[in-house]
Amino acid sequence: MADDPSKNDPILSIRDLTVALPEGGDRPYAVEGLSLEVRPREIVCIVGESGSGKSITAFTTMGLLPGALRPTGGELRFEGRDLLAIRRKEHAALRGKKIAMVFQEPMSALNPCYMVGDQIVEVFATHTALSKAERKAKTLALMDEVKLPDPERIYRSYPHQLSGGQRQRQRIVIAIALALDPRLLIADEPTTALDVTTQAQILHLFGQLRENHDAGILFVTHNFDVVAEIADRVVVMEKGKIVEEGPVGDVLNRPQHPYTRLLISAVPKRHPSPRDEVSGKAIALKVEGLEKSFRLPGTMFREGTSIKAVAPASFAVRENETLGIVGESGSGKSTLVRCLIRLIEPNHGSVEIGGVDVARLDKRAFRIHRKDIQIIFQDPYGSLNPRRTVGDQLIEGPVNFGVPRETAIQRARELMRIVRMDEDAVQRYPVQFSGGQRQRICIARALAVEPKILIADEAVSALDVSVQKEVLNLLNDIKKRLGLTLLFITHDLRVAGEVCDNVLVMEKGEIVERGSVAEVFGNPRHTYTRALLDAMPGKGWDVPDLSAIATRPTA
Amino acid sequence: MSATASAPLSGKARLTPRQRFWHRARHHRGFVFGAVVLATIVAVAIFAPLIAPHDPYLQVLSDRMQPPVFLGGTWHHPLGTDALGRDYLSRLLYGARISLLIGLVAATISAVIGTTLGILAGYFGGRVDTVVTFLINVRLALPVVLVALAVVALLGGSLTVVVSVLGLLLWDRFAVVLRSATRQVRTIEYVAAAEVLGASLPRILYKDILPNIANHLIVIATLEMAHAIILEAALSFLGLGVQPPLPSWGLMISEGKAMLLFQSWLITIPGVALFLLVLAINMFGDGIRDVTTPEGRD
Repeated sequence: MADDPSKNDPILSIRDLTVALPEGGDRPYAVEGLSLEVRPREIVCIVGESGSGKSITAFTTMGLLPGALRPTGGELRFEGRDLLAIRRKEHAALRGKKIAMVFQEPMSALNPCYMVGDQIVEVFATHTALSKAERKAKTLALMDEVKLPDPERIYRSYPHQLSGGQRQRQRIVIAIALALDPRLLIADEPTTALDVTTQAQILHLFGQLRENHDAGILFVTHNFDVVAEIADRVVVMEKGKIVEEGPVGDVLNRPQHPYTRLLISAVPKRHPSPRDEVSGKAIALKVEGLEKSFRLPGTMFREGTSIKAVAPASFAVRENETLGIVGESGSGKSTLVRCLIRLIEPNHGSVEIGGVDVARLDKRAFRIHRKDIQIIFQDPYGSLNPRRTVGDQLIEGPVNFGVPRETAIQRARELMRIVRMDEDAVQRYPVQFSGGQRQRICIARALAVEPKILIADEAVSALDVSVQKEVLNLLNDIKKRLGLTLLFITHDLRVAGEVCDNVLVMEKGEIVERGSVAEVFGNPRHTYTRALLDAMPGKGWDVPDLSAIATRPTA
Repeated sequence: MSATASAPLSGKARLTPRQRFWHRARHHRGFVFGAVVLATIVAVAIFAPLIAPHDPYLQVLSDRMQPPVFLGGTWHHPLGTDALGRDYLSRLLYGARISLLIGLVAATISAVIGTTLGILAGYFGGRVDTVVTFLINVRLALPVVLVALAVVALLGGSLTVVVSVLGLLLWDRFAVVLRSATRQVRTIEYVAAAEVLGASLPRILYKDILPNIANHLIVIATLEMAHAIILEAALSFLGLGVQPPLPSWGLMISEGKAMLLFQSWLITIPGVALFLLVLAINMFGDGIRDVTTPEGRD
């Protein structure tokens, strides 16, 4: 194999691939006339927003398309064979052996009922005739290769016992994919669900795999930082078609196609924009010694323990300030803000809004203070009740606080305009809107009670980059126009750098660093902050000034 | 991944939940069959006085045990007559009223009890949940038929007693399923959003929880309705259900059992009617489940 004369021939070459969507879709083809090549030791990134057909391309190559979709044209040549022409059984024989896949969500890619070691062994059992002992030895070697500590112990672990941040689980998934030295590795958003420090490690792992395994990697992502970090070549997709393709440096720094330029310009800049001065303003929210721990009840085999989610936290936010709270999953940032609005009851501490300590009030007395502080949640699909019209949900707040229905409906229509949506949207149901539109509706709903403080809990994390930018701009505008104070919770340091005045960095429930964006990101003092900043992918790249780059004159 | 899931749906995604429901329902065979049969039986029950050819209670002893038309009888009594010479078709039509009434009322009483307990347990968890779970376990430990028999034997059989006893005994499935459905819905962020917007607890339960577990509720309601109808028939058959001369289908089977070997249609006719009704209700319920889940849930 190593002396293969055609060493640099493409492993995978896709020609004019077309996949039809069922009738009644918003476009006739999920993927249309797509051509690309993956060579050995090359990482090709497919970038695009949700619905661009990038995942469909990956699934077609794996032969795992959902039943409703059928490839209708083109060819998919892998090692000289057209994968679209072979039978399902032959395709299945290639899967896992010659072509392997890493999925987005490691928790659902592993079967919770089996030990992870056995799940790796299964690959050998299916595709090879190795003896039991050999299979186990190979599995342990693989675990070592993907840098799992203590392979013997992890071999006998079940998926739920592996470490949080999902880093160990994703490593297992990668180990399964690599088990038989595949020629082609397809990774569908493999780091999207991971924390930034974990993401950095996994990306590093991919880089090494390319070197050690001679494989070609087709990497699907929506994140340009990730592209900058690992890609050799980039393919940009929009609505099922390739709009731009080229070496990573060209595409990222000198994008030609308007859509690529749009996407890249939507990536938040690494250098924070100048901010308005807020230090002289009155204090809108003052938190003193806020603390929360959860009790885990004991079971027959284990004593009850208590887990500290938020160590005593104190901070103050001034009027019209945007305070970012950054940290990885499990750092306690969501618990902290949920304590502020009493969705979770804090154990100790005070929360002063407009001079009133709302943490000390009983639930009934707190209710009228609810309209001062509102929240926008992360998941645009979960935060709207599917069974109520948008209008019904927009007037919920005002009506609860005694505004007459008619006035509230008027106000709802006005709010739709403020969040730049059609006024008639109030009569429709949430299913009829996209993620970005839903998030605008959520913003409108929060604004309906005229709050002084608005909490955005990862409010843009689930959105595509161009939509994310729109929503961020909208939030910024509204904040200025209505004089709001914004608490902005995010794990994305780029976003934090773009919208926040000051930031708090949280680690394991504690605030480890605080200061202005320029101070914290420019000159981090705490080791954790430094680790976070170091782990950000694509450090060598920043969004180019697109206005300075002319589009290449088209012939 | 999201592309795979959302792309084929985007055309239908513009419909409101209700429009989508009807769109799917029309193409679901079981749902259509169940709905049509059920609607027919309901119509028959409502209009029984208008369509029944005879008085169901009128005994004409000279016309005893006339066979139905398809066994050589006359069109004067299309389904023949029973041992007391009462017109069988008329009794069957009036009997539909009793079966449906028992099914509806018993299922409604059960639904109210079970849904209340289930939602409270699911929403509050903790101690409330412990108490409700205990109640469910107690209820599950009671053999329904035995308890019903004992109560009816003590209080005497009448329509009211049978309906109340069944209503008080069939709430367990409502409580179990709606408890877990509520636990799921409760963690979704729109519930938190409503709380943050100052919605009172009853309002959250009514506007945000109930509509989102309603499809489970409807499905179980149909199942329990069928269950209640069968139990009534069983009780009546054993002589402890509704009392003669009321024309309940179960009672008709019971009265016909003595003639099983000679006049088998006395049992077959109400038996088939009962079978059709229960089948239709179950298919209707299954249809609703298929039509509202899984994608229909959003």
